[in-house]
Amino acid sequence: MKGTFFKTTAASLALLTTILAVTSCSNASASTTTDTAGTAPETGKKYSIINVSYDPTRELYVAYNEAFKKHWESEHDSTVEITQSHGGSGKQALEVANGNPADVVTLALEYDVKAVEEAGLIEPGWVSEFPLDSSPYTSTIVFLVRKGNPKNILDWGDLARDDVGIITPNPKTSGGARWNHLAAWAWAQREYNNDETKVLDYIKTLYSHVLVLDSGARGATNSFVENKQGDVLLAWENEAFLSLKEYPDDYEIVTPSISILAQPSVAIVDKVVDKNGTREVATEYLNYLYSEEAQRIAGENFYRPSNETVLAEFADVFDLNINLVTINDFGGWDEAFAKHFSDGGLFDQIYEQD
Amino acid sequence: MGVTLALLSIMVMIPLASLVVFTAKMDFSDIIKVITRPRVVASFEVTLLTAFIASVINAVMGVILAWVLVRYNFPGKRILDGMIELPFALPTAVAGISLTSLYADSGWIGGIFANMGIKIAYTRIGITIALIFIGIPFVVRTVQPVLEKLDPLYEEAAGILGASRTRTFWKVILPELRPAIFTGFGLAFGRCLGEYGSVVFIAGNQPYETEITPLIIMSELQEYDYSSATAIALVMLAAAFLILFLVNLIQIRNSKILKGGH
Repeated sequence: MKGTFFKTTAASLALLTTILAVTSCSNASASTTTDTAGTAPETGKKYSIINVSYDPTRELYVAYNEAFKKHWESEHDSTVEITQSHGGSGKQALEVANGNPADVVTLALEYDVKAVEEAGLIEPGWVSEFPLDSSPYTSTIVFLVRKGNPKNILDWGDLARDDVGIITPNPKTSGGARWNHLAAWAWAQREYNNDETKVLDYIKTLYSHVLVLDSGARGATNSFVENKQGDVLLAWENEAFLSLKEYPDDYEIVTPSISILAQPSVAIVDKVVDKNGTREVATEYLNYLYSEEAQRIAGENFYRPSNETVLAEFADVFDLNINLVTINDFGGWDEAFAKHFSDGGLFDQIYEQD
Repeated sequence: MGVTLALLSIMVMIPLASLVVFTAKMDFSDIIKVITRPRVVASFEVTLLTAFIASVINAVMGVILAWVLVRYNFPGKRILDGMIELPFALPTAVAGISLTSLYADSGWIGGIFANMGIKIAYTRIGITIALIFIGIPFVVRTVQPVLEKLDPLYEEAAGILGASRTRTFWKVILPELRPAIFTGFGLAFGRCLGEYGSVVFIAGNQPYETEITPLIIMSELQEYDYSSATAIALVMLAAAFLILFLVNLIQIRNSKILKGGH
């Protein structure tokens, strides 16, 4: 009996492998035709580019890629295929740095794109290659609370109250959580007139109320939404809106008095596009993100468009009166990272045991 | 022989050696500094403790499961037997997320315990449960074949000589199973030390409380600090090696006894 069971399993496995092998072969032969590289666009040419992005942009790029394909093919005599890759921003950056052949990267923060630059794949100066520091859409950090806001959480100060349980990911492992941390810091700095000890005390209290320190933004959303942990989730605005869209009766968004302008960065991976001959299409791919059509797609996916006119169209969705600090108020990512998140930095000190 | 050696070197030896080489780029004092940071030490404690408890529970539960699967016939036995391997096949993140939603205060099982005032998810108990889940196949699958081959004559002889069922189990069956149990325990323990995917979701990841070492390694990697990450990883590797080595030592002793030595 047992023997026959294993034989059938083995046989079906063998069959499966054959099918896989056949399909992957046909894929391979198809891709060789697309891969014939050359710099000038030729008639009937097929381009394929890879966009390595981070977790919450999944829905955004599904819509954008569709739009870009149409746009490119209407103006050029060639077609374009876009392959998407999503994951934690830092991990994605590592993979590109280690050889994942991305033509463009669209990551959560400048710091992660810098890691790719340091691997020698992106030429320095990429920040000014595209308008607005190469961030076509922005986001910010807001509070997601349970419907009716039972704990009456209105601003960062309320997070220090003892009856409030907070969910935020770990800034050491999550790009998004670094924005959360810095936003809280910005509020405290204003509140306590830059008195560093008071600011640190506030941040300490805040983290002592964190119930679950997930490793990534999606994990934190999961803890708050699915597993009903805590009273408030510190979240990307776009993630908060997605949760709201899914469960409109269970949650509401609270915009704090001050938050941080989160600027996801985009860049062309120079080494890869030069090798693949895809520079022109990759440049257009990122440039078109600034077009009105793409900006509207960004807005529909709850990212704040950088185009003022399009942003105004979404005035009823986003709280445009929010006071936003930027990473430059912290002296840029390098300085902010060294001060807050490096080993032995402020975040580590918060969790130092007395 | 040549093929085996080549495969072993490419797949196991060289990656491990590169780990050592990477760490060797650091000063010895720096390595010590990295691995004695209080948070890192606390994470060693969390990881070792939960892995140990989970593996002990698995050793006991695994034997019971294997026993039932070998000695009893009941409807659905084949399906149950096939299910033992599921924790291997399931992506660990999926396991982690489903375990968390089950054991959180709002989940089916977690809710029952929450009423009794016991919190499971986001505590060390939660970590232990995730580790039990991923470790159980190791014990069952090492003990099962031994149990299947165990000659019933021994038990009959023990019975005829007047031994009770419990005495037969402790004096006749268990000594035969012991090497397999130890191997299963060692394998499960080794796996638990490195488990990341299923644990991070249920752990809560509070520094000093429920932060596991693999998570610390991940956060070092996020900071592009490869050498600290490998230094910590090396400690884990040493711990796993030590455990497997001890298990092997016990095995050797056991087999000597079985062959009539001391």
